Amino acid sequence: MTIPSDPKQVKQICFDRIHIPNLTKLSVARENGAYAFLPTVLKEFDAGKIIDEVKTSGLRGRGGAGFPTGLKWSFVPRNTGKPTYLLCNADEGEPGTFKDRDIMRFDPHLLIEGMIMAGFALDVQDAYIYIRGEFLYETNVMHAAIEEAYEANLLGDNILGSGFSMHLTVHRGAGAYICGEETALIESLEGKPGRPRFKPPFPAVEGFYRCPTVVNNVETLATIPAILEHGGDWHAQIGEPNNTGCKIFSVSGHVNKPGNYEVPMGTSLRTLIEDYCGGLQHGSVPKVIIPGGSSTPWLLAEHYDAPLTYDGMIKAGSMLGSGAIIVMDETADLIAVTRRLAHFYAHESCGQCTPCREGTGWLERIMNRVEAGQGREEDMQVLNEAAAHMAGRTICALADGAAAPILSLLKHFPEEVRARLVENVA
Amino acid sequence: MSALEQPQFSEARKAEIARLVTRYPGAQSALLPVLHMAQEDFGYLSMETQKLVAETLGVRLMAVREVVTFYTMFREQPTGQYLLEVCTNAGCMLNGADELVAHMCDALGIKVGETTPDGMFTVTEVECAGACGGAPVVQVNNVYHEKATPASMDELIAKARSEGGAA
Repeated sequence: MTIPSDPKQVKQICFDRIHIPNLTKLSVARENGAYAFLPTVLKEFDAGKIIDEVKTSGLRGRGGAGFPTGLKWSFVPRNTGKPTYLLCNADEGEPGTFKDRDIMRFDPHLLIEGMIMAGFALDVQDAYIYIRGEFLYETNVMHAAIEEAYEANLLGDNILGSGFSMHLTVHRGAGAYICGEETALIESLEGKPGRPRFKPPFPAVEGFYRCPTVVNNVETLATIPAILEHGGDWHAQIGEPNNTGCKIFSVSGHVNKPGNYEVPMGTSLRTLIEDYCGGLQHGSVPKVIIPGGSSTPWLLAEHYDAPLTYDGMIKAGSMLGSGAIIVMDETADLIAVTRRLAHFYAHESCGQCTPCREGTGWLERIMNRVEAGQGREEDMQVLNEAAAHMAGRTICALADGAAAPILSLLKHFPEEVRARLVENVA
Repeated sequence: MSALEQPQFSEARKAEIARLVTRYPGAQSALLPVLHMAQEDFGYLSMETQKLVAETLGVRLMAVREVVTFYTMFREQPTGQYLLEVCTNAGCMLNGADELVAHMCDALGIKVGETTPDGMFTVTEVECAGACGGAPVVQVNNVYHEKATPASMDELIAKARSEGGAA
């Protein structure tokens, strides 16, 4: 990889070499730059320099929350006498999201290299990749890649003679959306049901086995090698201020070419959908765009030119989330989609907070009724109130996610709901 | 239950589990992976199998029960030889998942959640499989089939039948 003269022309970081065949093999990955800069990092960098570069890069967490990665790392207390753990969140379960899967199945060594660098900066001896249980193929790819990395002394004791030792273990989940929430992930990794913990204490201080723990998304960790090789300033010039770098967008729904596309931050929804995804299946403008996974508020055709940045999506009234864009054209039955998402959240609620456990069930039952043409005018008010009373009143954000589609439907398409009420169905 | 019916891990499995446990600060961390192994070995997680896992890891049976009942991939009942899990969440729904499920159920003469009388096929609906770019997605014994169609599922079912059910 050479440093490009004009970073604005660089379109890909995580996917830079992803189309090369057999990249899962260590020899092929190495021929294409994997681990090339690692010896320099282990020899010439220290924790302070790595964290500074990541801070300078402006990298924000790619899993959904968008928290600055360097800042998160700087919260980890040093010399506590306890081990520090690094957990990679590969529990990709937010409806619409499927990007981390491609990194793991096509370029597993990119993730491993990012984890070694992050582990070195945080003085980690044991790191884990928590991968969703359904990703059996990806688990096997990661296992094989890790095995090869061990054989080449890229993992294990005294990595490349640096004196730094780190072990990496892949850990399969077993089908629970909530385990993508970092404290639920930690509970799950301790062999328990994935029920989110109260914060504080934050995992950086008290996480896995009550030790300092950093949880980072796959895409976040896969960005680290490029940042350290080319420098934080290089990364900071891509995209827009406060929204730097590239982002992988998983585009699904009513587009002609669904898939993962890594583009510089700031690319508009229209450019992504028209130029990369081959446009819509029907019509010329989308009816609804869910920009950051099913838990983010809906955008409409009027937002088609909004820039895909953390700030741009907030300005448009939603969130960038994990970059999972679900596009719906004029043929979409919004009530059916909302009912289906309500079912999802009711199924995935862990049940420990009453507003979420009860509220998600209410939303689902009422949406079932509305879809079946048996809803009443007062149901719309109950949906609104129930959703509003769930958001922000629970330990984690699942309830907020459950409320988002309901509130969006009622706000933007009340007439579609009304037309399905029993009073108006012949 | 007779001694013959008691599930037992093979020696190779026991060694694998012993190695795995060393990778965690506490043995209970190995619970999910070991339950996956047990399900692979015994087909589903009977109460006897759950007791075996509890004993193997030295954790309380209740800790195992909590986990088995919390996570949807752990099954306490046997399924057909071919477990067909259709994602019907938003991305797949927008690309015909509901019609696909209806077609598969019709073709097999069962309802969602049921197993064919010959014990060959079980059809279930699952939550987002994380492969929405290939919607609709059907997992067949944990192998992803993307852009599935009624025709591709008919073909898969016919092939499974002609192979006499060798999964």
